[in-house]
Amino acid sequence: MLAANFLLLAALLFCIGVYGVIARRNAVMVLMSIELILNSVNLNLIAFALMQGSIDGHIFALFVIAIAAAEVGVGLAMVLLIYRNRKSISLDELSELKG
Amino acid sequence: MLAADAVKLSSGWFLENLWLAALIPAVGYAFIMLFGKKMPNKGSEFGLASIAASLIVTTGAGIQWIQRVDSADKAAKGAGEEGLGLLQSLRSLPAAAEGEAKPFVEPVTQTWVWWQNSGIEFGLGSHADGLSVLLLWLVAFISLLVQIFSLEYVRGDRRYTQFFGALTLFSAGMLVMVMADNMVQLILGWEIMGLCSFMLIGHWWEEGANSRAALKAFFTVRVGDVGLLVGTAIIYFGVEDWIAENPALRDAGFNGFSIEAIQAWALSGQGSSWVLVMGATALFIACIGKSGQFPLHTWLPDAMAGPTPVSSLLHSSTMVVAGVFLVARIYPVFWEGFNIANGGLSFIAIIGAITIVIAALLAFVQDDIKKVLAYSTVSQLGYMMLGLGTGAWLPAVFHVFTHAFFKCCLFLCAGSISHSGSHHSFDMKKDMGGLRKHMPITFWAWIISTLALTGVIPFAGFWSKDEIIDNVGNNGYTFLMWVGLGGAALTAMYMTRATYLTFFGEPRGAAAGHHDPDHDDTHSHATDEEAEEHELEEATVGAPMPKSLSAAANAHGDDHGHDDHHDDHGPHESPKLILIPIAILTFFACTAGFANATPLAVGGSLGVELGEEIEYVKTYVEPRYQPVAIESMVASGPGESLVPYEAGFVEADANLSAEEEEGAKKSGCGFETPADGTVCFFPKVSHAVPTTGKILLSLAVVALGYALAIGFCRAFYGQRNEKLVGLTERNGLARAGYKFLANKYYLDALYENVIVRGVAYPISQGAYWVNQNLIDGAVDAVGEGGKRTGQIVYDKIDQGLVDGAVNGSGTVASGSGEGLSGMQNGKVNLYGALIFGAAAVGAIVLVIINVG
Amino acid sequence: MILLAADGVNVAQNIGFGIIAVFMIVAALNVVTTKNVVHAALSLALVLAGMAAQYILAAAEFVAVSQVMVYIGAVMVLFLFGIMLTRAQIGKEVGLNNPTWYAGIPVAVILFGLLGWVVLDAYDDSSLFANVNDDGIIGELGVEGQQETVTQAISDGVLSIYLVPFFGMTFVLLAAAIGAIVLARKD
Repeated sequence: MLAANFLLLAALLFCIGVYGVIARRNAVMVLMSIELILNSVNLNLIAFALMQGSIDGHIFALFVIAIAAAEVGVGLAMVLLIYRNRKSISLDELSELKG
Repeated sequence: MLAADAVKLSSGWFLENLWLAALIPAVGYAFIMLFGKKMPNKGSEFGLASIAASLIVTTGAGIQWIQRVDSADKAAKGAGEEGLGLLQSLRSLPAAAEGEAKPFVEPVTQTWVWWQNSGIEFGLGSHADGLSVLLLWLVAFISLLVQIFSLEYVRGDRRYTQFFGALTLFSAGMLVMVMADNMVQLILGWEIMGLCSFMLIGHWWEEGANSRAALKAFFTVRVGDVGLLVGTAIIYFGVEDWIAENPALRDAGFNGFSIEAIQAWALSGQGSSWVLVMGATALFIACIGKSGQFPLHTWLPDAMAGPTPVSSLLHSSTMVVAGVFLVARIYPVFWEGFNIANGGLSFIAIIGAITIVIAALLAFVQDDIKKVLAYSTVSQLGYMMLGLGTGAWLPAVFHVFTHAFFKCCLFLCAGSISHSGSHHSFDMKKDMGGLRKHMPITFWAWIISTLALTGVIPFAGFWSKDEIIDNVGNNGYTFLMWVGLGGAALTAMYMTRATYLTFFGEPRGAAAGHHDPDHDDTHSHATDEEAEEHELEEATVGAPMPKSLSAAANAHGDDHGHDDHHDDHGPHESPKLILIPIAILTFFACTAGFANATPLAVGGSLGVELGEEIEYVKTYVEPRYQPVAIESMVASGPGESLVPYEAGFVEADANLSAEEEEGAKKSGCGFETPADGTVCFFPKVSHAVPTTGKILLSLAVVALGYALAIGFCRAFYGQRNEKLVGLTERNGLARAGYKFLANKYYLDALYENVIVRGVAYPISQGAYWVNQNLIDGAVDAVGEGGKRTGQIVYDKIDQGLVDGAVNGSGTVASGSGEGLSGMQNGKVNLYGALIFGAAAVGAIVLVIINVG
Repeated sequence: MILLAADGVNVAQNIGFGIIAVFMIVAALNVVTTKNVVHAALSLALVLAGMAAQYILAAAEFVAVSQVMVYIGAVMVLFLFGIMLTRAQIGKEVGLNNPTWYAGIPVAVILFGLLGWVVLDAYDDSSLFANVNDDGIIGELGVEGQQETVTQAISDGVLSIYLVPFFGMTFVLLAAAIGAIVLARKD
């Protein structure tokens, strides 16, 4: 199997995830897009581990999975907090950083 | 007798270190100016010491020069002795056989290169030969006597120190000039003398007349100095061309400025006659200015505004003979340039003759005793020029020598009279008369000096002036000889007038003890100490007030700082310090003539014929006309000389004849060109043998002058003969003549009103116009332009450009800020887009760099 | 599972990869474009599952199983809880895209072009299993003479070489858990 296949797939998923981050208004949707990105990275890592014949890529991928899970947990907690305070999780309205 | 090897001439320490004679007074000047005021005698010690040291050096140099000439003559005789003592030299001179040419005695020269510029070397050095040694001794001697005189005469003067400084500097300058071995140094000394003359004439510059006189002296001499520079330059190029064609001369030390080279070039026959004439004319113009010849003589009488020591030193004995010295020094140039060899009327002789007469005539109408003496000096300088112009080199130089003594003595007597007799006045008519009773020593000194001046035997002037007249006639200038005799008569006449007015007759004015009360009043505050007591602030300390100077006809503020004889107001004899120099000079006025008593030596005109040995000046001073082989000059170094008689005695040389001087006037140096490889330095001038007839004639002329004058004076001044008194008022011709003389032939009017004003007035008008319109206009325009420029800069550049740029940048900044602030809208999506977009751009760049 | 080294290209693998890849891409596009939040979440779950399948194809079974357990098992539940608790609209929701959604297209396209070009330029000809030796994929970290499984290799690596990051990660997880609790509790 060609290495390019995995890598291209990963690249495609990455770019779809980037599009999702930019385009989506709902905070949870943005988090989902981020998950897409992280998964594409994982695929890249696995592919390279296969190419290099080393196990480091697998280990790294495991770590990424763990961190991604943590990050989603905290992120969703924050989204809940925001929802509780503002009754909306539309990122358009969450522009306190404006200016 | 013909030695295959050359013989060394004796030299000496003084001859080789002659430069000390000029250096010591220069150092003395520096000491006087630096330390003089603090010394007990206010600096005169340095002056006297330095001049005395200079006198020692020059005396030593004179003795050694005499020894040198003797060694040359002895070597020529093959006597083989060397190094004679002075007395031996004087007594046992080798008698030159008749017709035997004496060898040329090479001068002792030393040169130091001062600076170089484009291949030309300018040097300083000393050139010791007979003429320079004679004049150096003369200058040092007279300077010393005048300084002694000044100790008393200018005592208490407000600028005592500067006076002595200037006197010493003048002596240094004249010594530098006389010992110069090149024209540049000669000019240097010439100019130093001019400067000191200016300083000393204007010593009491507080009075305008004195400073005007100083300026007049300086500028008139300056007009002549143009000729000096032009002549030096012309001759330089002529000499350099000659040296370029004869390279051997360069090894002998010749260059375009060297005086030896100039002398040799002039007589080499290779100088173009045009260059010679132009150079000689230009140089003689300088002599006209410096030596007070017609028409630039007008400054000399006005120079009497200076103190009497200045007049006696500078303007009678030493400085004014600088022009005569110049002609005598590079005589070959004038000899060839003005063709004196062929007996034609030369420019020099004409000017000299004119000067004799016009100065003598002017001396008749002067009331100021110093001015009489000044015109007398001018007249005697005319004699010297007449002599030089007609080929009578030796008598002219000898006359310089003797004239210095008696003229200086006359001036010092005049100073003595004014100091003690006429209460600081020089006006003969107003303040003198009958002084012979009160001032006997001065009187007899005056009489002896007058007799010397007029040429009465056996005093000094007779032996020199009559020689001039004799040689003038002998060389074929009969008319000029009669002019000279006439001048002698005139001299006798005006001196008699001056003597009579001063010493005989009834005392007048100050001589009678009368004082102008105003004059007396200010006079009593003459000294510095008294002026302080009496608070005469407006009077410059020590000077009498101008308006009360009725006693001074021409406002020469003869200062008097004495405090000794205020109590006795009558004329009396002068103190010792004044009389001692007078006495010494009187002695020399009696005896100096015997240094070259030609009538006693040859011709038997006075009943004795002592031989040529007693013509000391002729033997030791007059340069010999023998040609010199160039190789022998190359071989000798400074201080040593080889007697170059190989060339002199070569029989085959057709240019040299050893015939008798009387018979062979048309051969020898100056008449023919020297052979190849030889140069000669002095033309073969002829010497007249005095006859009894000529001597008696000149004495008779003088006696006639005396007789007429004494008769006239007694009649006019003494008895007030009605026919004579008031003649100028009654007779139109007499009045016109008197006016013409009194106005100095209107020459001063011509110079000042016509020439100076005619030149200066338009120039000053033009300069004023340029100043007002061009210069001021330019300045105003610049100012105006500056103002306009400032306005434009402010409006357009400052307000428009600079402020616009500043404002613009602010606008751009705020505008871009506002534009870019859209990026910060607080939306995470946009932030994310930016992040990824930036990462994309960064990645592209990386890819391009690494892959591209 | 140990995938046998292949000389050259294995056609079956490629086909399998292709089918799964298509599913993943469609699902991923659905995640970012659908207007229904719940559909997006389910699509994400599909993507994650496809990812696990790919991992197995790439002989990374441990990671595949971890992926299924962690991501699909926990993260997706989190997402669904999040959607539920934030009162997302059931059914189509209007305006799930923000006003400037179009800015994402060029960025994504450029990025994909860039990444694709780089990948193709560098790894176009490389085989994915180039370094896999005949005995298995594990080349470096193995006991000599004994064929190691992937899981063994991972555990060897994590607990020896990468021990410190492992412990760091535990702290991160701890912090995240505590943080989430702190953030989300009702006060």
